Amino acid sequence: MRGIWRRGRTVAPAFAVLSLFGAATTAAQDAAGINAGDTAWILASSALVMLMTAPGLALFYGGLVSQRNMLSTLMHSFFLLCLISVQWVLFGYSLAFAPGGLVGGFDHLLFRGVGQEGAPLASTVPHLAFAIFQGMFAVITPALITGAFAERMKFSVFVVFSLLWATIVYDPLCHWVWGGGWLGAMGTLDFAGGTVVHISSGVSALVAAVIIGRRTGYPRRLFPPHSLTLTLVGGSLLWFGWFGFNGGSALASNGLAAHAFVTTHTAAATTGLAWALIEWFHRRKPTVLGAVTGAVAGLVAITPAAGFVTVPASMVIGLGCSVVCYFGVNLLKPRLGYDDSLDVFGVHGIGGTWGALATGVFATTTVNAAGRDGLLYGNPGQLWAQFVGVAAGWGLAIVGTAAILGGIRLVTSLRVSEEEEVTGLDLALHGESAYNVGTGVGTERR
Amino acid sequence: MKRVECIVRPHLLDAVKSALQEAGVTGMTLTEVKGFGRQKGHTETYRGAEYRVEFLPKARIEVVLPDELVDAAVDAILKTARTGKFGDGKIFVSSLDEVVRIRTGERGPDAV
Repeated sequence: MRGIWRRGRTVAPAFAVLSLFGAATTAAQDAAGINAGDTAWILASSALVMLMTAPGLALFYGGLVSQRNMLSTLMHSFFLLCLISVQWVLFGYSLAFAPGGLVGGFDHLLFRGVGQEGAPLASTVPHLAFAIFQGMFAVITPALITGAFAERMKFSVFVVFSLLWATIVYDPLCHWVWGGGWLGAMGTLDFAGGTVVHISSGVSALVAAVIIGRRTGYPRRLFPPHSLTLTLVGGSLLWFGWFGFNGGSALASNGLAAHAFVTTHTAAATTGLAWALIEWFHRRKPTVLGAVTGAVAGLVAITPAAGFVTVPASMVIGLGCSVVCYFGVNLLKPRLGYDDSLDVFGVHGIGGTWGALATGVFATTTVNAAGRDGLLYGNPGQLWAQFVGVAAGWGLAIVGTAAILGGIRLVTSLRVSEEEEVTGLDLALHGESAYNVGTGVGTERR
Repeated sequence: MKRVECIVRPHLLDAVKSALQEAGVTGMTLTEVKGFGRQKGHTETYRGAEYRVEFLPKARIEVVLPDELVDAAVDAILKTARTGKFGDGKIFVSSLDEVVRIRTGERGPDAV
């Protein structure tokens, strides 16, 4: 878990290094203790994680929907990049990372006290860099959920839901795990957000899909993905950005960052490969969508473990992920009948849960001295700590999402009208079309 | 004057077009269409969900001809568009009352 790791290792060793090498280290470290390499990597990682939301996730999801809903799906991710970034500065960061109790306090409202000095939880990078890096995580998490209610939710409902969800589910959970809260304190490991980001969004997606109901026509009549080309581009950008997501979560430019970078890559590659092979045997053809879906699922599963497990273990985690997520997406969903349009639960909920538990099995202090040993290294208690973290993530996601959507439903319906759904949300909600290519016939301007 | 409309397999379009030109056809209109007859559709699978695709992509060519060219044109299409399997398409021949070339105002066979 980042919180523990930061306090246990970044801060203390930073002092140790200074005292051991004295003046030799000051070249990379200024008087305030800010390290140039660490700062550069965290800023670059912040930009990488931004790229994951838009255009990465936006295209990954956008390609999967019908072309009349392309823009509304892109807009979910892009709008959240704007909305949650503002929320984060106004009060989100404070609720997640200011000192407090069950949630953070108000010390950092409007980024008050967040400046160029070292961050409290990562002393070698400016507080501003730390805060904006964390902000990119806050942005992508509600954006992940949007795949569950794509192609039918009202835009106004989406905006209110996302704002409330970020505030009463994401910010508190982030505080529990990374901001000095109780899960971090009990030793739950979550390197880069398996619970905070993926379980929270994946489980909320399932709840949202059940509450809002199926798309009109599902499962008898549906439109196939309108562009798997764009989905592959988006999925690949997610993979690329994930190097910042996981590698940046070392909160330093060091060996651990390199380790997380590599385990991230191997897990994604292994899961993408395994998913395609499973399909090949199970359905006689390996699909492009299967390979991309597998890679993303592998990235999800390695997220909590990236800085705690060995490289071979990352591949085992990837293999396990391909089996459980393939089951979730291909078999569980049709059997239970819920319409999680773009399989957010199957990929992020199941993959995140698998990854969090697997971290409790494969974690080893030989990789990260500030981490913990897992089951395979003689510490079965870690699996319990992981289980508690998973249960807390599931619990908060279920209760929070059900409460928000239940509340909104008292005021207005969550869905567009059936006519608008058939027309397509791009035209009905935004007054635009994604693709105006064709005959070259112009349109009269009003 | 006749209008000859044929619906053919898209991958044979170039062959059909060349054969029509060799038969003396000087212009044509192409539309990409979807439809089905006796040919079965196919199944597409996305994350395990199977979609039956019944409307298959076809190319539709329309040409307008003087009566004496019709047989040659139909032969040209038959020669190039036939594979012998379901899905080879159809040829429709119909009579035309009038043709006008917009640029010059010519009417009838001269305008073809």
